[in-house]
Amino acid sequence: MRIVCPFCGERELGEFTYLGDAKPQRPAADAGEDAVYDYVYLRDNVAGVMSEHWYHGGGCRSWLKITRNTLTHEISSVEPAAGVGAAKVGV
Amino acid sequence: MKYSIFSLARAALSGHKNWQRTWRDATPKDRYDVVIIGGGGHGLATAWFLASEHGIRNVAVLEKGWIGSGNAGRNTTIIRSNYGLPGNTAFYELSMKLWERMEQDLNYNTMVSQRGVINLYHSDAQRDAYARRGNTMRINGIDAELLDLAAVKKMMPFLNFANARFPVQGGLLQRRGGTARHDAVVWGYAHAASALGVDIIQNCEVSGFVRDANGKVTGVETSRGRIGASKVGMAVAGSSSRVASMAGLRLPIESHVLQAFVSEAIKPLLPNVMTFGAGHFYVSQSDKGGLVFGGDIDGYNSYAQRGNMPVMEDVCEGGMALMPMIGRVRLLRQWGGVMDMSMDGTPIIDKTPVDGLYLNAGWCYGGFKATPGSGFVFAHLLARDESHEEAARFRLDRFRRGAIIDEKGVGAQPNLH
Repeated sequence: MRIVCPFCGERELGEFTYLGDAKPQRPAADAGEDAVYDYVYLRDNVAGVMSEHWYHGGGCRSWLKITRNTLTHEISSVEPAAGVGAAKVGV
Repeated sequence: MKYSIFSLARAALSGHKNWQRTWRDATPKDRYDVVIIGGGGHGLATAWFLASEHGIRNVAVLEKGWIGSGNAGRNTTIIRSNYGLPGNTAFYELSMKLWERMEQDLNYNTMVSQRGVINLYHSDAQRDAYARRGNTMRINGIDAELLDLAAVKKMMPFLNFANARFPVQGGLLQRRGGTARHDAVVWGYAHAASALGVDIIQNCEVSGFVRDANGKVTGVETSRGRIGASKVGMAVAGSSSRVASMAGLRLPIESHVLQAFVSEAIKPLLPNVMTFGAGHFYVSQSDKGGLVFGGDIDGYNSYAQRGNMPVMEDVCEGGMALMPMIGRVRLLRQWGGVMDMSMDGTPIIDKTPVDGLYLNAGWCYGGFKATPGSGFVFAHLLARDESHEEAARFRLDRFRRGAIIDEKGVGAQPNLH
């Protein structure tokens, strides 16, 4: 797998770190236990095309949103995902 | 047929022409008391324990390919019981004890070899952590020995003791750990289960669950037709989320790829199973002479059964740090298996919220060693509708209750376990 970073061009996989499925959205602070449980623990675990977050730590240090097929590793799109890291930790 | 020195001699004297099939390749009946989805080690072990421990013999094991064609054929064959947390420690020791009597139980040579598993340590802090783990094992009745540098040098003089960055200081040794022959484990359980009446049905892929008006699972739809069942057990690690989704369930699991490697055969070198403590590299030597080794999972979701170069490089660097002389050994084979990475790194063996459907999943990269124990406790659950004492913490609702078992302490991030 090689990833075409929108800022750095095509780079080898070792420069990137995986966060995971981009679909789960952090629930509001008052959303209740069920919503938090769902967000923290349950996954669709897609077999096929999946949208996911990667971090280009070995390059431009940008968060990226990558669309990738988990059955074939084929990457169909790479987009900047500004603010994702902050959103994940609820800043 | 029963295997013994006499059956071997008879077959040898008749030119090995009269061996019978070791298990029956069955065609599906209309219904069974228990249907197990997944003809790997765990599924077949479950069927055998259902038949032998609980007297439930009207059992079918459904396998979409051929038995042992999934992760049972894609592991590194290591057995050990050196876990540190309550829940894991006793369960893996139960499994270890079942390994020790497996060949007699099954009347099958599964080549269980208790050659020892040693985890090397490279710093004072790591020595203390391993001492603690060893103590945890010993107070639970499991063998563990903390070796100093001299003892490791005597046992494995070929290691690179001149590594200035990661000096070997000693190791934690479990002598009862070792390896087993993965295919033989599958065939052995198939052999013994089949002899007790279990139907092993290959090329039978489950495509859906049959449910009654109350939502209870009453059977499965398969590529070989509908099969009724009073209870259905899933033992499909790697594909658990896909199968569970057919019953409308979402699981705390992600599927990740783990690579393993075999070198060309070399003369006997490694006396045991060894792990590098300053990186992720573990290695043993097969009876054919190849070095069997691996390291971390690749770290991204995958069902592809193949991995990528960065992990391969990392694993080989770990190997070179310990044993620089393997740099001239050629890699023979490399493969990837799909791991059920659970959210705390620990398996799930429980009823599901769907009546009649039982779950055995989330084995991460440690399912092989658990094969007999997993079958034993899953059969108990299926037969009695209650968790076995040693699997009582592997409940599906532990995530909601906050009762997670996280050996590495990294939280709900499956690619870090």
